[in-house]
Amino acid sequence: MKAFAQMFTSLDETNKTNEKVKVLKDYFNCVPDTDKMHMLALFSGRKPKRQINSTFFRLWAIEAANIPAWLFEESYHIVGDLAETVALLLPDHENSSNKTLTEWIAEINGLNNLPEVEKHNWLLQSWAMLNAQERFVFNKVLTGSFRVGVSQNLVIKALADVAGLDAATLTHRLMGNWMPETYQYEELVHSDTALEDVSRPYPFFLAYPVQETSEKQKTPEAMQTLLGNANEWQAEWKWDGIRAQLIKREGEIFIWSRGEDLATDKFPELHPFLHHLPDGTVIDGEILSFRNGLPLPFAILQTRIGRKTLSKKILEESPVALIAYDCLEYNGEDIRYKTQTERRQLLEGLQASTPYPNVFNISSLITFNSWDELAEIREKSRAMVAEGIMLKRKDAHYQVGRRRGDWWKWKIDPLSVDAVMIYAQKGHGRRADLYTDYTFAVWDGDKLVPFAKAYSGLTDTEINKVDAFVKRNTIEKFGPVRTVKPELVFEIGFEGINKSSRHKSGVALRFPRILRWRHDKPKEEADTIETLKALLGE
Amino acid sequence: MSHKPLLEFTDKGIYCAKGKFYIDPWQPVDDAVITHAHADHAYVGHKRYLAHHLSREVLYYRLGEIQLQTIEYGETVMKNGVQISMFPAGHVIGSAQIRVESQGEVWVVSGDYKVEDDGVCAPFEPVKCNHFISECTFGMPIYKWKSQANIFADVNNWWQTNVQNNLATVIVGYSLGKAQRILQNLDLSIGKVYTHGVIENTNEALRRNGIVLQPTERITADSVKDEVRKGIIIAPPSSVGTPWMRKFGPYSFGYCSGWMAIRGAKRRRAADRGFVMSDHADWDGLVSAIDATGCDSVYLTHGSTASFSRYLREIGFDAHEVHTLYGGEEEEAPPQPSPGGRELEEEGLKVSPPGGDLEGAEGVI
Repeated sequence: MKAFAQMFTSLDETNKTNEKVKVLKDYFNCVPDTDKMHMLALFSGRKPKRQINSTFFRLWAIEAANIPAWLFEESYHIVGDLAETVALLLPDHENSSNKTLTEWIAEINGLNNLPEVEKHNWLLQSWAMLNAQERFVFNKVLTGSFRVGVSQNLVIKALADVAGLDAATLTHRLMGNWMPETYQYEELVHSDTALEDVSRPYPFFLAYPVQETSEKQKTPEAMQTLLGNANEWQAEWKWDGIRAQLIKREGEIFIWSRGEDLATDKFPELHPFLHHLPDGTVIDGEILSFRNGLPLPFAILQTRIGRKTLSKKILEESPVALIAYDCLEYNGEDIRYKTQTERRQLLEGLQASTPYPNVFNISSLITFNSWDELAEIREKSRAMVAEGIMLKRKDAHYQVGRRRGDWWKWKIDPLSVDAVMIYAQKGHGRRADLYTDYTFAVWDGDKLVPFAKAYSGLTDTEINKVDAFVKRNTIEKFGPVRTVKPELVFEIGFEGINKSSRHKSGVALRFPRILRWRHDKPKEEADTIETLKALLGE
Repeated sequence: MSHKPLLEFTDKGIYCAKGKFYIDPWQPVDDAVITHAHADHAYVGHKRYLAHHLSREVLYYRLGEIQLQTIEYGETVMKNGVQISMFPAGHVIGSAQIRVESQGEVWVVSGDYKVEDDGVCAPFEPVKCNHFISECTFGMPIYKWKSQANIFADVNNWWQTNVQNNLATVIVGYSLGKAQRILQNLDLSIGKVYTHGVIENTNEALRRNGIVLQPTERITADSVKDEVRKGIIIAPPSSVGTPWMRKFGPYSFGYCSGWMAIRGAKRRRAADRGFVMSDHADWDGLVSAIDATGCDSVYLTHGSTASFSRYLREIGFDAHEVHTLYGGEEEEAPPQPSPGGRELEEEGLKVSPPGGDLEGAEGVI
């Protein structure tokens, strides 16, 4: 744990990417191979199962810190991170642990099924063995909230350097179903022994946005400058569902979401068509709710995401189907090196021979001859229940991760309304102890009804100003939430809007965010609930 | 209460009606007793000032021609039958707790204070009183300071490493207090100390006041970049990210502040290194300092007043939250544009005095 904690301290001590990679390499070079695998697992979202729930974790931390519970909660709201709060509150001492990361994680996993009192004793003893920095990373591992200022990509880049592999190969070998307890570092780095895993997906290729913000609209001329001739590009609608990779190998089927969650059981409608595919086939696509052959808004699909069991009712109300984008493996061969056009032909062949064309759709190509024409077609996105247009270079390979160059997303402008901020709450992480999470309202007669929460969209400077406003204009405090004098007006953008019986306003927004601060608008000129409802359309 | 308390909280500041004087008032008054020379405690515009000897030159430098009387720690002056005396607050050079006594009733106004002896200013002395008016900037149990010997070992190591890597070293702290505390603890065998103009102005004022500081060199247009790179630059918070600072690049930039205790706060400032160092008392320091006064009542003026007063009440103190314009969370001024054109990212940004302070960002750190 010493080396792991030291690595965190060193990562925190620099803002430069090269320095961070160096810190990671130093770490990989000095720890045992099993620690390397655990480190990779943590940074790729394969956390140990949570053995001590948040309630007990807090309770026992309060006991160890010897402070009132309310003071613990208020401290948490300032720090904005539970692991860090606990690390700061516990009594300081100079103890330090010689156990490796592997040993600590084995201890954590060993808590499974132990009685509460033993977990309690173990936790308090463990805290007493660790200094503040070690406690922080220990708490991070234990609470499974592992987001700590360095991306998985950076970790893989560092390890690729250490192992003498290229990052794309390593990324692929780290996909799918592996556990740090069973996947050996030797297997990972030696291609001939690399773990044979029929379920293993390929890293997703992600598109880069054509325009950074909706305020910087790209003209057809700008598209020409950015992308060159229109005839070098394949265009499709950008569908709004769950990006997924579907695998059929050795008679087994697997469905992976982009977050590398195995979601095979969540989509039983797709099983028959997958079983019908030839062995050695991997398809990239989007899973959406469909009715009468037409895709439905994401909100419908959302009703079944996260459910443990899918009731008959859910399956009837929100049946899913696939819109296939790409083919990554054909006849057992990794064909990511083939061009977009070649892969598309193979995909079309697969789709043409399916007996389940209602479930196995293919993303249709948009015919266009110029950027002008495509810009016009893009305007119809919302009617298509699409988010905009995807552009893929016809000779593009299927690459790893989000890359500029060959795949672009050209989204439509978000919908927007002007709204008044009425509540504020402190943020987390980099925004800890600053009021950064706001609730917005629109007018319903002479009352303001809350309709959306948004966290992002302001610059640091603007956040500081809003924070100062909140602190000086608090009407009431409810725990961490402050009711703020309604005064500041913001333009709120969102991707979609749907009816909702769960919200006071009667609507639920998709991806709400702050587009800009309307210094020019008094609160009286903010939009009304009628404006919002009119956007519901139909 | 059967009689009017000796000190009261008014919209101009802490007021002694019997003695007809204010302590650290933020509106112009006739008689102002000043705990220390920071901008949110020493405003321009009062008729007469009373402060500690070692605040003299800094007050003249910052406030211009003022009518100022200064006294020594432990010395008593009478105003309209009320005794006023000063005791070390350990916050910055010249900082004082103000003790006010009349007819056996004793009040102490802490101003800002820390309990650790920083070796630069006179160390904090607890003063027995009936009523203690205290700051609590860091009045949360997450704030616990390490000893400064530890921190400066880190600072000097970091500087040394930067010199080896041919990086300039910029260390940020406000100009009265933190800058001198840093300066006096730097290991000058590593290199020379360079100062930003506003810090050197304060250093000069302190030297005029008889304070002996380690040698410094003011950065000017003629400073040679390659030489400066081997040294360390002490700069005020307002210089962060300005072209002034960028011209020394590539540099490593360290920030000295109690707020650095929290990762989020450090990341927000994009500091390469955050040194958790404050001239305010930490949680344990506040609790022990208040306890040592043996006071009947304690009033919290700024900082985490709500939580801290609640905690003090729970452990048996008669604690009250009062509202002042000192740099507590509730009273922060919105960020002002800095001369470099970039907004200051200080949380501790304070209300500037009407005359305007060069730094604009003095205060609570």
